[in-house]
Amino acid sequence: MYSQGLIGAGSENKETPEFLAAFQARIDADEKIEPNDQMPAAYRKTLIRQIGQHAHSEIVGMLPEGNWITRAPTLRRKAALLAKVQDEGGHGLYLYSAAETLGVSRKEMTEELISGRAKYSSIFNYPTQTWADIGAIGWLVDGAAIMNQVPLCRCSYGPYARAMIRVCKEESFHQRQGYEIILTLAEGSEAQKDMAQDALNRWWWPSLMMFGPPDGESPNSDQSTLWKIKRFTNDELRQKFVDATVPQALRLGLSLPDEALKWNETQERYDYGEIDWDEFWNVVKGHGPLNKERVAARKKAWDEGAWVRDAAMAHAKKVSQLNITPIAAE
Amino acid sequence: MVDEEEIPLWEVFIRPRNGLAHRHCGSLHATDSKMALQAARDVYTRRGEGLSVWVIPSVQISASDPQDREEMFDPSDDKVYRHPNFYNIPDDVGHM
Ligand SMILES: [Fe+2]
Ligand SMILES: [Fe+2]
Repeated sequence: MYSQGLIGAGSENKETPEFLAAFQARIDADEKIEPNDQMPAAYRKTLIRQIGQHAHSEIVGMLPEGNWITRAPTLRRKAALLAKVQDEGGHGLYLYSAAETLGVSRKEMTEELISGRAKYSSIFNYPTQTWADIGAIGWLVDGAAIMNQVPLCRCSYGPYARAMIRVCKEESFHQRQGYEIILTLAEGSEAQKDMAQDALNRWWWPSLMMFGPPDGESPNSDQSTLWKIKRFTNDELRQKFVDATVPQALRLGLSLPDEALKWNETQERYDYGEIDWDEFWNVVKGHGPLNKERVAARKKAWDEGAWVRDAAMAHAKKVSQLNITPIAAE
Repeated sequence: MVDEEEIPLWEVFIRPRNGLAHRHCGSLHATDSKMALQAARDVYTRRGEGLSVWVIPSVQISASDPQDREEMFDPSDDKVYRHPNFYNIPDDVGHM
């Protein structure tokens, strides 16, 4: 995005206290930071990490759902799922572009992902065992993603905020198509209802984990809040998600797999049980059910696409040497 | 991975409908303009967002440096006579 030539031009700024204070003053005044602006190295680094992980999550997120495209029960469901998975690919691309404005290359990010060094949302390391899982993912996983992404539309870094606005416009269909799948199953035969309940049982807790570690254990949180990259804490977003989602589950006639879950009259919110953080860290550290398979699938796609990229580059070079005029704009 | 060359970056501009200007909406990687146009269609116009697409290699864009902002743009700040309110027209002349 924008002229890449300038990137890094501002990176030699000395981070004097005056420079840092002036930067913080811009943030406090709700000014957006744009790609070639001077910014503290740590702000750049934080964003590269966060946007990169976000992009990887969209791309890896295509795998569990892609698993069911050929087995969708009707043409209507297949068309919707195909469009949803295509959107997720698009989200990944918007986000990689946003990260590239900070001076990291697409190639570096791809290498991080296919070498297994990159982090992405740990929920995508769980398997999609039944068709009901596709409903649960759209409803819960996209629902949780929306909670996270809506405040990011106001993030201080312009390209990230703009990418999030596009993404959020598209997410609503994702969640609705998921809920419709679960609703149809929940109103179906006994076996279909069981399938919906089983999916909810397996996806509920990992969905709550999507908001990240509890407040106080999240090392980058405070600085990100000061820089207006983050607008709400992990626990605040998790609570909003629980409060929005529990009534939707009740409407389905399904139960949530949490005995401690109950409405708190005085606080006007749902109290919920203890999250198994050992499970969360285990998956984050690479020991989830499908971490290896997910990275291997991305590496396979990348490796098997190499000849296409090579051929396209060779073709472009040949055409430019022959001096053939490209298609003119208007 | 073999040491592959990075596929060039392009900027994408879309006219949402006739009567509006093309507007920058993002970027993508493509080896040539044909691929860039097709990818722009797929990535940025999945829901009727556009009637016309421009793509341009990012390296072809020259941009002002934000650090030169003052010398670039401050000179217009003190030219109040460029604005209609600078001129005194009696009320009885009516709207002008
Ligand atoms: Fe997405
Ligand atoms: Fe989504």
